[in-house]
Amino acid sequence: MLSTFLAVLRRDLLLAWRGRADVLVTLAFFIIVVCLFPFGVGAEPNLLRAIAPGVLWVAALLACLLSLHRLFAQDYADGTLEQLLLSREPATLWVMAKVLAFWISTGLPVIAIAPAMALLLDLEQGGLPVLILSLALGTPILALLGAVGAALTLGLRGGGMLLALLVLPLFVPVLIFGAGAVEAELSGTGAVAHLLLLGGGLAGALALAPMACAAALRISTD
Amino acid sequence: MTKPERGRSLLRFASPQHFYPLAGRLAPWFAAIAILLTAIGLWLGFFVAPTDATQGQVYRVIFIHVPAAWMSMFIYLVMAFWSAVGLVMNTRLSFVMSQALAPTGAMFCFVALWTGALWGKPTWGAYWVWDARLTSQLLLLFLYFGFIALTRAIEDPRRADRAGAIIALVGAVNVPIIYFSVQWWNTLHQGASVSLTKAPSMAATMLTGMLVMAFASWAYTLAVVFWRVRPMILERERHTEWVAAELERAGASSQAAGGRA
Repeated sequence: MLSTFLAVLRRDLLLAWRGRADVLVTLAFFIIVVCLFPFGVGAEPNLLRAIAPGVLWVAALLACLLSLHRLFAQDYADGTLEQLLLSREPATLWVMAKVLAFWISTGLPVIAIAPAMALLLDLEQGGLPVLILSLALGTPILALLGAVGAALTLGLRGGGMLLALLVLPLFVPVLIFGAGAVEAELSGTGAVAHLLLLGGGLAGALALAPMACAAALRISTD
Repeated sequence: MTKPERGRSLLRFASPQHFYPLAGRLAPWFAAIAILLTAIGLWLGFFVAPTDATQGQVYRVIFIHVPAAWMSMFIYLVMAFWSAVGLVMNTRLSFVMSQALAPTGAMFCFVALWTGALWGKPTWGAYWVWDARLTSQLLLLFLYFGFIALTRAIEDPRRADRAGAIIALVGAVNVPIIYFSVQWWNTLHQGASVSLTKAPSMAATMLTGMLVMAFASWAYTLAVVFWRVRPMILERERHTEWVAAELERAGASSQAAGGRA
């Protein structure tokens, strides 16, 4: 079982590495979205400092959303997905591996660059560890929930907008607790409660989302 | 399906062929009940119920607002229930039911938001505040839109049914999470400046009017869903013999009635 997991993980990471441009595009998108906010709301430092946690989180969420369609599209197009579904390995297992590979190739780079973006918005230094921690706990939830949406909209016309409509309402709690954690830390109330809730959400999503995703993939390839 | 001993059980209505005439017979009754109860409820609400001491006449919007909000949440649960039944039992009619319910649920959701905005302007001074209830109601509307958009975007009905059922269930699991997260977010940000829960205790006529309107919404939902289910069943079962016979009969009777399509 573990070997299947590792094989799928290695394959997807290798594919992501060979197609590095896609990963870089996601990263560039994240940076640009963050940079758009000062143009939109004005470059007043106090204002930017106040909205920084929310802006960073919304940008990370959108970057995840924008790359979600890649999660299964290629495997669906070349038939790999059907072969995987036909194989005897449990679908939840390799779905988990694929989502993990997706998160490593899109979530991790965003987390890595987030502190630099936080500097652009002049977020207080004390909030940085919590920002990174909240992103590290929250973006996997986004990837897991998004995988269900990506599986359901596989191969549909206008799938991208549909995917956004399906998953954005589900992303709201993650956004609330993720951005809330940073704000709570900065306001002095402590981020523990938010981070615990994010961790709980991640545990729940890890348990339920792969099953829903596997069922959705079966339906979509039927 | 073909076992004869199941013919007398209520379960036979799980078959589209038997449900189709039942829906046709029940729909006008529920429509009549809905019209009657709406008339009574609105009369109670607009003419009989006393003016509210603090809010004046504005509060009368609750006779539409509260039943609509109740229905919007309840219909989502029913939708998720039929989706689960469809996925587990593999019954075609369950999926049709959940898809027939969705537009009505979205409509009630929108009505609740709209009447809430109209009530909010004179009472709170703003059409919209990011109150927990308003926000979660808005997200519920998005969940409805997502379900409707997904089931309409997929052409193969089998896939549309199942994909819709999954997103309905995922949404149902998330509804409480969304509700509580929005509530905590709200209290973190601005404190409970506006609260609907601390309303003054209600006069009996107000409560009666609201309950009558709630039953009217139920009857309306049942009538509309039964009407909506019928053409959906015909479309899906169009290759079967009973649909051909049904259409022939309907064509003959409509010709006799003067060619109404």
